[in-house]
Amino acid sequence: MNSFRSYFENPRNIPRVFWVLFGLAVLLTILRPVLPAGLVRIPEALLAPWRDWIDVAFNFIRGDMESGRFGLIYITRALTGVLEFVLNAVANVLYGKRRWPNIEQIPWSVLGIGITVMAYYLGGWRLALLSAITFLWTALVGQWKLAMETMNVILVAAPMGFIIGGLLGIWSWKSKRVEETIKPLLLVMQVLPFFSYLLPAVIFFKVGPTAATVATIAYSLPPMILMTTIGLKKVSPEVVEAGKMAGCTRWQMLRYVYLPSARTEILVGLNQVIMLCLAMVVLTAAIGMPGLGAKLLAMMGSFKLGRSFEIGVTIVLLAVTLDRMSKAWVTKQPEHFEKGTPWWKRHFYFLLAVGAMLVTYALAQLFGSMKPVELTLWPISEFNLPQYMAGVVDEVHRNESLSQSKPIDKAMRSFLSWDGVTAVTTSIRYFVNVYILVPTEKALLYIPTSAFILGVTAICYRLGGYIPGLLAFIFFCIVAQFGYWDRAMLTLHSVFTATAIAFIIGSPMAIIAARKEKWANRMIVVCDTLQTFPSYVYLLPAVMLFGISPVTVIISILIYTMVPVIRYTIEGLRGVPPELTEAADMSGATRWQKLFKVQLPLAMPTIAVGLNQALVFAFFMVIIAEFIGTRDLGQEMRKTLAGTHLGWNFVLGFSVVFMALTFDTAINAWAEKRRKLLGLS
Amino acid sequence: MSDNAPVISAKNVWKLFGAEPEKYLANMPEGHGFDDIRADGYIAGVKDVSIDVNRGEMLVIMGLSGSGKSTLVRCFSRLHEITGGTIEIDGQDIMALSDKDLIDLRRSKMGMVFQSFGLLPHRTVLENVAFPLEMRGQDGHSRRERALEVIKLVGLEGREEYFPRELSGGQQQRVGIARSLAIEPDIWFLDEPFSALDPLIRREMQDEFLRLQDMLGKTIVFITHDFDEALRLADRIAIMKDGAVEQCDTPDQIVLNPATEYVRKFTEEIDKARVVTAGALADASITAKGATVPAQATIKELAASLVADKRAEIPVAAVDGTVVGGMKRQAALAVLLGDAA
Repeated sequence: MNSFRSYFENPRNIPRVFWVLFGLAVLLTILRPVLPAGLVRIPEALLAPWRDWIDVAFNFIRGDMESGRFGLIYITRALTGVLEFVLNAVANVLYGKRRWPNIEQIPWSVLGIGITVMAYYLGGWRLALLSAITFLWTALVGQWKLAMETMNVILVAAPMGFIIGGLLGIWSWKSKRVEETIKPLLLVMQVLPFFSYLLPAVIFFKVGPTAATVATIAYSLPPMILMTTIGLKKVSPEVVEAGKMAGCTRWQMLRYVYLPSARTEILVGLNQVIMLCLAMVVLTAAIGMPGLGAKLLAMMGSFKLGRSFEIGVTIVLLAVTLDRMSKAWVTKQPEHFEKGTPWWKRHFYFLLAVGAMLVTYALAQLFGSMKPVELTLWPISEFNLPQYMAGVVDEVHRNESLSQSKPIDKAMRSFLSWDGVTAVTTSIRYFVNVYILVPTEKALLYIPTSAFILGVTAICYRLGGYIPGLLAFIFFCIVAQFGYWDRAMLTLHSVFTATAIAFIIGSPMAIIAARKEKWANRMIVVCDTLQTFPSYVYLLPAVMLFGISPVTVIISILIYTMVPVIRYTIEGLRGVPPELTEAADMSGATRWQKLFKVQLPLAMPTIAVGLNQALVFAFFMVIIAEFIGTRDLGQEMRKTLAGTHLGWNFVLGFSVVFMALTFDTAINAWAEKRRKLLGLS
Repeated sequence: MSDNAPVISAKNVWKLFGAEPEKYLANMPEGHGFDDIRADGYIAGVKDVSIDVNRGEMLVIMGLSGSGKSTLVRCFSRLHEITGGTIEIDGQDIMALSDKDLIDLRRSKMGMVFQSFGLLPHRTVLENVAFPLEMRGQDGHSRRERALEVIKLVGLEGREEYFPRELSGGQQQRVGIARSLAIEPDIWFLDEPFSALDPLIRREMQDEFLRLQDMLGKTIVFITHDFDEALRLADRIAIMKDGAVEQCDTPDQIVLNPATEYVRKFTEEIDKARVVTAGALADASITAKGATVPAQATIKELAASLVADKRAEIPVAAVDGTVVGGMKRQAALAVLLGDAA
């Protein structure tokens, strides 16, 4: 067995083995017409009933409330009550849901001003402006309640994700065995389609906000666990020794030395938790969670572009504000006060926030009881701003909102039906569909299963070596066994075409941007901002431009995956040591020579990591694209939500997981190998 | 426990890094060298070291990076668990201590200063200095008082509320020193405390350190890779190579009589006249007459008088004025000119 493995690991044999496997795959494809049916697709009779097996196992664990057989569901249902209580209490404060503690909802203006002062403290007037715009926009276009329904889940899920993730992170830092168990689990969790989070949540917890909260927490855990572990591991050994020499007990070490020293990483973890919570909570629309996500889904479905656009802007503003504020907290370093600074000066911002909130609250009480102001919003000349603001300081009533959905809708429609635009979109749609999508899809579906498995194995082996090749073989055999091969191929098809196009468009852009430091920095800022948008939002521009069609799916994945492609290409190029480019210049290389002979080869490992992330993003997005209609695994998964078909759901979900992990392992292994070879750490 | 018993007494201390160090050490054949051990997959951090540190003495452990000097000092404070041998602090075998007793020992007797300071970034100067006091449960008022006292001692008054990142390297190390002194330790470990500082600041900190030591008189184990620093500060120097102590002696003995080839190479470039004192050259059997020279003066300091003084043998007197012996002028001149053996 050992010599068997070492044969495949020997670098000299790799090309030979690769060509044999790959040639075999090509041969099988050519011979398809005469191939026995069993090699083209696995016959139904040979497929194992995975769905039923999983269902049986799952039902056993779940227990049954009707027959009284004890199981996990008894525990989760008990937790549901607690969770519901907390959610309701927060909902009462946020948007006046009639539950304990039965205080009125906080006026939007009071919450807004408090958070804006906090933003000013954390990140200066720019952040304060961003926060103010977000709150004004959300309230004045009349989406306050929707936004608060969404925030309700985030406000409960994010702290819990932070605490649970942090504790698991500490545990996996303490125990090697836990770390080794958790690591592959986290890998799987990061590529598991969101539908596979939703269904168990719905089964174990009640439909609606509770299930949404649970799914959101689960989805946000992996980065928090990873960041906590990384942060704790990174604490400088001298700081640790200083703690020990100070005579810290184990608890004191953790509490006073490790956790504060790992502050940056832990807070970056929190930032990730918040962003993933937002990304997930809008997707929980699929299980009937009200809020921004559900409204956007409904509006997009009925092609109400104006309203969709407004909701999209709200989601994006919320995302950017939450991201910037939590990031500002990461970089906020404590400043000292000179001796003898009075108490009020030390707590200036806190007092300012409280004061501003009290004043706003008083205003809200004063004007809120008055009759809603009669408003004629258009034309603007008759619009009296102070009077209007006074009228809505407590609550924006339906007829008072400044929503311009109808005019926007009209403008967009006329823009989209403008001949120039129609010509462009129609021709893109036609070109992409006829020349790219249809032929590649046909080709992919034509390839026999056996040939495909061999081909993927060959490529992954060539890229990553023995282990990735072996995993590719095993994983794709499992996918074939799961029995949704054609749908899996369709999913793969969308993922690959979109990523490929993203790469073709994105990398030249990145290469151009990387030529000047200023452009590169701007591009990175744009990418960072785009990356904070919940993936769901990316459907919007695609739907607007291309309506509901297969091309829309590709376009939305394309926009989403372009971000990592550009980002990592720029970072890869910038990471090339300056003395090497200088050496190239001094050797008299032209700009092209320098790019192709020096910069790109050295940037390749980083670009590969970007490609990998793009693929992972694409696998995520392709499932979301189901909302606008696909024929792949995503659509099938959506169906499972209607019942309690967990086996079915998991078979589909893990088809995606295994495919994604195959490429993830191979590309990462390649990048790692390459990096070592080039002497980049 | 008498006053002249050593404070730290290490006997045949081994520290091996690897898979099963205890088992390996027990079965290791006699006379196995550093490279033999490495060939077996183990790294000898500390190799059969026996050393005593006396009360009030400053022992400088000196060696190149990777020679095991930092490992050895971490064995003294049991930051590393040793593989073999014994280490006694005030007669107490520290390997036999329970976790709780070890913590108590560190809380009451030991202080340590680190090369890159090891300050807690989220705490102010005051809170950093008070940290060991806080850990042992001292009340807020008294620990603040004590911390302010030490901060004043290291000359950082007025910076109590600053955070470490707001200070320069030299100031940060002053915080590190203040923190290590806060609990009034008997034993003071300093692990290359000035190596991360630039040369001018380093010199200033060495002076400062000598001033503190004059005042406090602690038992000190000081690590450095800088021979000049070692010569400046040490009562005794231990030179380490590949985990073993090559020679442990007073600075002038190391310079005049290097025990091994390695030590000789090390001392070659040193201006011996700046290290060797008249006392070291004095021979009690020689009785010379006339004006004496002080025993603690270096030959360099005596250079002018050595050239002028034509006597073949010059009497040397200790600090209290008693004559300890005579110094051959020729030998002294040889040291001065750098061609002494």
